[in-house]
Amino acid sequence: MGGAIKWRIATMATSLGAIASAIAIISIVLLALGASPLAVFSDLWQGAFGNWLAATDTLVKSTPLVFTGLAIAIAFQGALWNIGADGQLIIGALAAGAIGPALGGWPHPIAIALMMAAGAAGGALWGGLAGWLRARREVNEVISTIMLNFVAVQILSWAVHGPLMEPSRSFPKSVTIAPTAQLAFYLEPSRLNVGMVLALVFAVGCHLGLFHSARGFELRAIGRNRRASAFFGIPIARITVAAMALSGALAGVGGAVQVSAITHRLYETMSPGWGYEAIAVALVARLNPLAIVPAAILFGALDNGSQAMQRADAVSPVLVNVIQGLVIIILVAFDAVAARGMRGALLGDAEGAVAASGAAAEAGDA
Amino acid sequence: MLESFLASTIAMATPILLAALGELIVERSGVLNIGIEGAMLVAAFCGLAATYFSGSIALGLLAACAAAMALNALLALLVVNFAVNQVVAGTAIDILALGLTGVFYRQWFGVTGRAITIAPMRPIALGPLARIPLIGRALFDQSVLVYLAFALVPIVALAISCTRYGLELRAAGERPEAADALGLGVYRMRWQALMIAGVLSGLAGAYLTMAYSNTFVEGISAGRGYVALSVVIVGRWNAWGVGAASILFGAAIALQFGLQAFGSAIPYQFFLALPYALTLIVLAFMGGQADAPSALGEPYVRS
Repeated sequence: MGGAIKWRIATMATSLGAIASAIAIISIVLLALGASPLAVFSDLWQGAFGNWLAATDTLVKSTPLVFTGLAIAIAFQGALWNIGADGQLIIGALAAGAIGPALGGWPHPIAIALMMAAGAAGGALWGGLAGWLRARREVNEVISTIMLNFVAVQILSWAVHGPLMEPSRSFPKSVTIAPTAQLAFYLEPSRLNVGMVLALVFAVGCHLGLFHSARGFELRAIGRNRRASAFFGIPIARITVAAMALSGALAGVGGAVQVSAITHRLYETMSPGWGYEAIAVALVARLNPLAIVPAAILFGALDNGSQAMQRADAVSPVLVNVIQGLVIIILVAFDAVAARGMRGALLGDAEGAVAASGAAAEAGDA
Repeated sequence: MLESFLASTIAMATPILLAALGELIVERSGVLNIGIEGAMLVAAFCGLAATYFSGSIALGLLAACAAAMALNALLALLVVNFAVNQVVAGTAIDILALGLTGVFYRQWFGVTGRAITIAPMRPIALGPLARIPLIGRALFDQSVLVYLAFALVPIVALAISCTRYGLELRAAGERPEAADALGLGVYRMRWQALMIAGVLSGLAGAYLTMAYSNTFVEGISAGRGYVALSVVIVGRWNAWGVGAASILFGAAIALQFGLQAFGSAIPYQFFLALPYALTLIVLAFMGGQADAPSALGEPYVRS
């Protein structure tokens, strides 16, 4: 028990250390560019938590990151390198946005449930497809999920320019979803909605499923050693498809929540890259579903703050991408140094590491 | 019409081909380089910026290659020396590149709304060959980078299959333990491969901003690095296949411009999605990894 707690503190310290190092490096870059790091980071903070409205919006902007972060965590726990949470979120949003306008006749809770179900189904289809290609056709899921991201972007663009376009046909956006399908804002003018609560419920569900169920154990076993798992009779193909579908479903629900609560319709771009950002979120959270929530809030705060920073300091908001990239790099490098010579120490989850040999390792076996 | 379609096919195929040849070498050494998209992007930016400030195309090309090599060196440190997961490290490189180029572009060139432009690399017509009907413009009136890209196909093919270097490269990618035992130095082979790929993805990125267009927009690589990844798979990890697949994908992209101009009834998004959908379909039918290097994506830790 004491060891477990010590381990938890150590990994948390590594995550925070990685973020601190990233901030230090960025300060140097900002100085070199002639901007004041102090001003930039204080404006980031102000934009993220400076007042009630900013703080609540940070939570709103973290919500899709919780969903996509969970999607990544579930997949990575099984050493399934799902880079496609972005596409899965988009297809989920598309499915919800497509049925949303037709839900006017339904009671509110049922309409919301249908929206979420549509999002989950859309995302599951997109993730499950990559899982199926991996399990049955030996297609590396890294490549297939990246390809599916691009296809998803084009399908959404076609939908809002074509079949789902609003009747005036002046802008590439879809018809507004029915009021019964919309999640209400609480404490306006804040945009707080039940989406974050839903995200918390899903995080707890993922935690239980991953660490307290037989299927979760099998998934993690596959993640640690695919060959040994096959030897022990774990149905690898079935779990691969199911885990990728579940991963996609989580991202898809994130898309549905976004449509239901925030945008109320589909636009050409439904994601500013949450599916990629989620990789940083999931790694900082050490692929632990409960830790995904604070990690998502951290990155959501960066996203939210970056807009204020852009206005105040004329620094491009893609500075947060630099932070994301650096955090991932520093984190994996930390782990590698800490476990020098030990294979499988990359992601360092509680039960021992996810196989560092990674995605294509099994592809090589095939 | 057909003539300009062919010319556009070759023009679109070139950056993909350059990047894919680099990726081919890297993958044959056993590394899956997802960071290729990021390398192209920083090269595109640095090439343009260096040309803009110095007025020299040569310095621009040099800067583009140096930037891509620097990014690949970071990747090599992570995936070769630290044995970090290659997918995670590569994705981080892509995210980082998107951020860095965006921040530096804004900082150096501001948000004037007026795009920064340079005098681009001119196409070089190869005398009377360029006047051959239909194919002259496509094949013999292009930027020097186009000629270089296509000349590299047989060179890379021969280097991989018929030289000592190619043998060592393949050994590192197929049986790293055995290669190391023979003293071939897996780390060195993979570092070398990533540096060569740095030069090639540097040229690929430079082509985007210095030959194909003469300006930079955020995220200008637009997934071409990822297309190069699929080109290597569709081309079955051999240079001739990579050459053919690049032309195929170049044609898919060129088709989109052609049909858009025609006012085709097919939505343009269909053509934008085509290269990616094509990859998925090809992979689904060809089976994924049968021809892949055995140790592809597997970190090698010297014991």
